[in-house]
Amino acid sequence: MNTPSTLLQVRNLRVDVGERNVLKSVSLDVAPGALVVLMGANGSGKSTLGLALAGHPSYRVVSGQAQFDGQDLLAMNAQERARAGLFLSFQVPPDIPGVKNNLFIRSALNAVREARGQVPLDAFDFLASARTAAQQLGLPEAMLGRPVNEGFSGGERKRNELLQLALLQPRLALLDEIDSGMDVDGVRAVVQLVQNLRAQGTAFVVVSHYLQLIESLEPDTVLRLDQGCIAESGDLELARRIARTGYAHAAEAVGA
Amino acid sequence: MQTTEQAPALNQALDGLYRHGFVTDIESDALPPGLDEDTVRAISRKKREPDFLLQWRLKALALWQTLEPPQWTHLRINPIDFQALCYYSAPKSLKDGPKSLAEVDPKLLETYEKLGVPLHERARLAGVAVDAVFDSVSVGTTFREQLAKVGVVFSSFSHAVEHHPELIERYLGSVVPMGDNFYAALNSAVFSDGSFVYIPKGVRCPMELSSYFRINARNTGQFERTLIIAEEGSHVSYLEGCTAPQRDENQLHAAVVELVAHDDAHIKYSTVQNWYPGDEQGRGGIYNFVTKRGLCAGQRAHIAWTQVETGSAITWKYPSVVLRGDDSSGEFHSIAVANHFQQADTGTKMIHLGRNTKSRIVSKGISAGHAHNSYRGQVRVARTAANAGNTTQCDSLLIGPNCGAHTYPYVDAARSDAVVEHEATTTRISEERLFYCRQRGIAPQDATALIVGGFCQAVLEELPMEFALEAKALLAVSLEGAVG
Repeated sequence: MNTPSTLLQVRNLRVDVGERNVLKSVSLDVAPGALVVLMGANGSGKSTLGLALAGHPSYRVVSGQAQFDGQDLLAMNAQERARAGLFLSFQVPPDIPGVKNNLFIRSALNAVREARGQVPLDAFDFLASARTAAQQLGLPEAMLGRPVNEGFSGGERKRNELLQLALLQPRLALLDEIDSGMDVDGVRAVVQLVQNLRAQGTAFVVVSHYLQLIESLEPDTVLRLDQGCIAESGDLELARRIARTGYAHAAEAVGA
Repeated sequence: MQTTEQAPALNQALDGLYRHGFVTDIESDALPPGLDEDTVRAISRKKREPDFLLQWRLKALALWQTLEPPQWTHLRINPIDFQALCYYSAPKSLKDGPKSLAEVDPKLLETYEKLGVPLHERARLAGVAVDAVFDSVSVGTTFREQLAKVGVVFSSFSHAVEHHPELIERYLGSVVPMGDNFYAALNSAVFSDGSFVYIPKGVRCPMELSSYFRINARNTGQFERTLIIAEEGSHVSYLEGCTAPQRDENQLHAAVVELVAHDDAHIKYSTVQNWYPGDEQGRGGIYNFVTKRGLCAGQRAHIAWTQVETGSAITWKYPSVVLRGDDSSGEFHSIAVANHFQQADTGTKMIHLGRNTKSRIVSKGISAGHAHNSYRGQVRVARTAANAGNTTQCDSLLIGPNCGAHTYPYVDAARSDAVVEHEATTTRISEERLFYCRQRGIAPQDATALIVGGFCQAVLEELPMEFALEAKALLAVSLEGAVG
């Protein structure tokens, strides 16, 4: 079961949101250290896949299986999945008024560390590593003392997701349009961080519409999602073709 | 012979008690239930009070008999039979408490553990009969010596009546008149004990004064009376209460707190109230009906109330400031939590009388379970209060679908140059915020505590630091089981 070749194995996943069926049947394999790019038109189900895998209570898995590191992912609640090493970067990260960013991230990190059997970090040790990570990502240190995402610009919120990714060091990171709202330096920071973590074995599923980012990430696989199904699977060439001709054309070509 | 004054009713009742098999010296321990002039005389006599105080109590009793309990609150209160209550019991012998922690309600002990109350303190809070009162005795003593050096008086109310009767006579009832309201009148007639603080001119009190350290605080809770006087240019910070729930068999608490700040004096009064709130079904719990008021008597005087109210089945409490001195200022910072079937009707009154008087109100109400939480605040600007200003920020946080939050702001401005600002928000702990925390590995309970802590941050910052940490832990414990 616990083969080193697959970290995440998804089979025929069907997901409803409220009364609406969004994912029809999705199957997917992600190996440790691999990078999968997920493309698809708006509403094709990309964000739904991430939220369902992360265990959002409004995204109901109707049928199908998902194994994470040999464990039944769907039997775990949201926080258990996170502690097992699954990280989702939100397309629109919410704010938490009055809660300082460093307290929030330290609480998260210590919850994850506890699950790994590591001792919790105290405020000082945490701050030291958070400062280093922030510096590497080009984040102002002051951001650690501000309330979580409160009054942050879209780009700042995304950088804050990156900071959490860097500190939590998950085994699998689902990045949902991490580049949207970010400036050039921000996108460069994404690429740098993904490369570093990938070298340590972290796997990625990246949702993006931005070819330049996708090329820089050197994906192993590119998937196109269409109406809740994986419509096409390929490599960088597929991403380039979609960037050239668009999703509508891609759908016609396959349908033909 | 004072015993000859005893009315037949009282003797009858005493006999009644005796027939039930009590062999203790009733005269020195407790009065029978019921309240009339004889009860008040007996209380005063037991406490060996000067005549002015007895007369004052009797006047208060006469007023109380003409008053009705307030009906304007958003509270459901079971009728209280005031003639069935007992109005005096001397501090209990330690023998009456549980003999060891093994005899204490395990749920209470569990809460102490969660709050991180040190082991030796747990026993004291739970009312365990122990011979030595631990370190607090020595803490209390060194404390008192240090205060005496700078002329600060910090004692029990009874002690002050004995040693500073002139101050008591001058200030008692000067801020909360005996007939102010039903419960204040009741307290004025029968108050048992409480705290007294006097800060001389120009003195900055060298430490936070805490009723927690006052050893004689046992069993004085029901009708407690506190009086704090800050002379010109003095500063004092007073902490009341304790974050750990205290064992208490009294159902009704009707305390009165009076603060007097003269020219340039600062008084900061912080409360953490965590009386027994009743169980998950709403059975039992303390009725906490308190009148707290501060008077900025002098120019540039400043009074700030900060309260964290998590306990009691019902809380009815409006710490207020009368801004009489020109350029004086008042603040009210409040966190009120109501979970399960708790009810809170709390807020403040800011009465602007002097010129250039300013007040600020920050209220954070949290409701969970089936609880109801009301903010009730009044800002009054008198004709004499030129250039007065108030800002009110009133936020409510709802956890779950069955609770309620209500806001009743009253503004009464007699001047057109008054600037009165009111801002109110109501939010829920949104699923998105909760999921965000959970996706980062944080359990729902911890996430709720984080979110609530953030919501309350502006008020928690007003508390002395150590207290703020305890209060945060207390918020988490109070809301346990509210989410997830």
